[in-house]
Amino acid sequence: MASFSKFGNDLYTGDVSINFIGRRKVWYALAAVLLAVSIIVPALRGGYVFGIEFTGGSQFQIDSVEALTDPEASIEAQNLATDTVVDVVGDAEPKVTVIGTSSLRVQTEQLETDESNEVRDALAGAFDVDTDLVASSFVGPSWGADITGSALRALLVFIVLAAIMMAIYFRTWKMSIAAMIALLHDIVITAGVYGIFGFEITPSAVIGFLTILGFSLYDTVVVFDKIRENTSEDGSESRRTFAESVNLAVNQTLVRSINTGVVAALPVAAILFIGAYVLGAGTLRDIALALFIGIVVGTYSTIFIAAPLYAQFRQNEPEILSRTKRLTAARAADKGDK
Amino acid sequence: MARTTPVKNAWRAIAWLTALTVGLTVLIGAGSIFGEDSTNGAASWAPKLALDLQGGTQIVLAPQLESGQTVSGEQLAQAVSIIRDRVDASGVSESEITTQGDRNVVVSLPGTPDDETLARIQASAKLEFRPVLYTEVAGTATAEETPDPAATDSPEGEAATPEPTLATTPTAAPTDASDLNWITEALFDKYSNFDCSSLDNFSVAPADEALITCEADGSFKYILGPVEVEGSTITDASSGLVSNSQGISNGQWGVFPTFNAEGTTAVADMTTRLFGFDDTDPRNRFAIVLDGRVISAPTTQGIITGGNPQISGNFTQESAEILADQLKFGALPIGFEVQSREDISATLGTAQLNSGLIAGLIGLLLVVIYSLFQYRLLGLVTVASLIVAGALTYLVIAYLSWRHGYRLSLAGVAGLIVAIGFTADSFIVYFERIRDELRDGRSLTGAVEAGWKRALRTIFAAKAVNLLSAVVLFVLAVGNVRGFALTLGITTVIDVLVVVLFTHPMLQLLSTTRFFSSGHPLSGLDPNALGAVYRGRAQFRTPVAAKNKSGASREAARRQTIAERKAAELAGSARDSSSDGKDS
Repeated sequence: MASFSKFGNDLYTGDVSINFIGRRKVWYALAAVLLAVSIIVPALRGGYVFGIEFTGGSQFQIDSVEALTDPEASIEAQNLATDTVVDVVGDAEPKVTVIGTSSLRVQTEQLETDESNEVRDALAGAFDVDTDLVASSFVGPSWGADITGSALRALLVFIVLAAIMMAIYFRTWKMSIAAMIALLHDIVITAGVYGIFGFEITPSAVIGFLTILGFSLYDTVVVFDKIRENTSEDGSESRRTFAESVNLAVNQTLVRSINTGVVAALPVAAILFIGAYVLGAGTLRDIALALFIGIVVGTYSTIFIAAPLYAQFRQNEPEILSRTKRLTAARAADKGDK
Repeated sequence: MARTTPVKNAWRAIAWLTALTVGLTVLIGAGSIFGEDSTNGAASWAPKLALDLQGGTQIVLAPQLESGQTVSGEQLAQAVSIIRDRVDASGVSESEITTQGDRNVVVSLPGTPDDETLARIQASAKLEFRPVLYTEVAGTATAEETPDPAATDSPEGEAATPEPTLATTPTAAPTDASDLNWITEALFDKYSNFDCSSLDNFSVAPADEALITCEADGSFKYILGPVEVEGSTITDASSGLVSNSQGISNGQWGVFPTFNAEGTTAVADMTTRLFGFDDTDPRNRFAIVLDGRVISAPTTQGIITGGNPQISGNFTQESAEILADQLKFGALPIGFEVQSREDISATLGTAQLNSGLIAGLIGLLLVVIYSLFQYRLLGLVTVASLIVAGALTYLVIAYLSWRHGYRLSLAGVAGLIVAIGFTADSFIVYFERIRDELRDGRSLTGAVEAGWKRALRTIFAAKAVNLLSAVVLFVLAVGNVRGFALTLGITTVIDVLVVVLFTHPMLQLLSTTRFFSSGHPLSGLDPNALGAVYRGRAQFRTPVAAKNKSGASREAARRQTIAERKAAELAGSARDSSSDGKDS
């Protein structure tokens, strides 16, 4: 701890300074590569895989199943149905529900007719009922176009309002723009991870995604508030250039950024671990994955994308430019003296 | 500055927080004991769970079709969307609504829906305004005997004398919707033989024809003209107590629709014409027809030009609310009836929930360890704050679950676990600010107050962004997203409450204790360990070799033993002791 708080002290005084702003081209290049991978790889893989909540799918209802009366038997039956379907269609992620006391409902992605027949026969065999008692039908999307539409509309409204709010609070729209670009970066990369690994996009994943939007902007606002504080304290005779002030602010909040990133990521990592390794695929893994990546990328992008962009956006403003020139000249003279 | 002021404020804040917590606890406790009779049922200490974790009821709705009629995919999609709006309007329950096959709609709801919920879902809610042409008390054969004052002036003479041939075409083409030429002999014969008890099935005559129907309770029988105002022109609707022209409520519930421009004009046109009839003529009245039944047929007492008529009828508060919701979201393109209604199990079940909770606990434990590692005993304040936030969140969720049908889904549980990170960040921002102020050489009490002012601004700004996203998503989005938005909003507000009413007061109090104010190494606020050497803008004191910019010696300084550094800093802190309060 001593060394970490010493690290914090040195960052605060400026003794230790990581040049986030100056090396922005490196970060931009890295971001460009990550963005390109996030877009190209899913495209090569043939786009995103959407869950049946979005696309609709096949449904099988098995009637006259015996012994579904107690909860344990129900769970066993649910597991049996899941295994049966997976045996026939390997990559299916069936959702099994017990209906009433003697029926099972199995929902899978849209199956071809012969696959569907095979599943039907397999289910009838597994539950020892007549094939006629397994009814197959098509189930429509529960997360239809209207929900997606309204969610997207809400998202756009939020982003516009958040940009306006930040512009008013920080009294510069340049911070809004920088924050929004960082946000876009986070969205594309988080979405890209789903595309790259071919994980199914479910409503849970979308909700995890929305949480990330909030986190990314939240993190940016915290760091930008320190930047605002530092740069507004700078008079025209400040000994730091604008970019240096921004850099100092990022360094001074670096301990906060690391601590927050770790604290936010720890519980999510726990969910992700338990979700993926103990339970296998499912809602928990879907949400936790989006969140984990989002938290890491969101914390990273504030420091490496948003802050450098902001410094860059403002570096050519006359006042800031003249200060930078004066300081550069003074420092050159200083060096010359020594 | 008197030292007592922050302490007093601190106790006051903690008192508020305690009052809030106790208030919520008492409210839910009382609800769980005395709430049996309320409309929301008894409160429960355990929040209700959503469909994915607890299962619920699956209702299969089949369209009511005449033979040969079919349902288009578009109609079905529209029906799903309207039904979802209606279900959402009754609370934040995260229901699941899908289509099955090419004609059925499947609604899965958590818990066991009551009859009102079913009525809310399946009613088509097709509203029409039609002029009354003729009316009488149901069950009587002749119009003359009707006690209804509006119908005493029998229009029978005008209504075409019955002839044996029963013409199906009027003697003259009707010129407007109130024209009695709509009543053909065949229609009147049908009317005479019409039995109100046969009006069970939903069937509405085409909008451009006259309609034979009854009052919803079967008390009156009507012949109505063609539709003059369509329910689809209603843009919004609310419910409330009906008041008379003096603004005094008569204790009856009514529904108040708002029409768009087209509807407003249609209402004005209709009432202008009807107002021209004598108020003893039935044709002075217009009928408000819902799903083929007359819910009320008031006399026209004036010309309605504002587009805001009142609909009164035999409403209870609940039925008025339901109708208002139904009108607001529009009529279903087709009527539906419940085909089956069965319990369904959870798709995820308790295994996932338990794993989620275990994961959350592990995560929380990791956060505690990390906080203690980073902030020493100050980390305990973080842990205590998280516990307070957790308790408040639990209470609020239990309350919402009781009063507003909120249900916790697995996604919601994950959202709450993630909220640990958001909430802890407020404390981290605050603690880092205090440390910064200590580094600037303030005393601990001064650093707490100064750090708080700066931290609060940052916390408010950042939380405002979160709250904005929660509000926008809650208002504009539908389905699961609303549940998520609510969870986000709750945790954000609670987070701010806890940091203002608990974390800051705790630090104000702790900063007066010897342990913290003396900067005990374990307090996490040891000014020496924090290197309180920075004395203001760019004004450095150089007590240690660290000021030497050469990398190697800096590394050496970092590797000083604690004892060495302490000694060096002690030497500096003597000089530093008078610097309290500079650099405001």
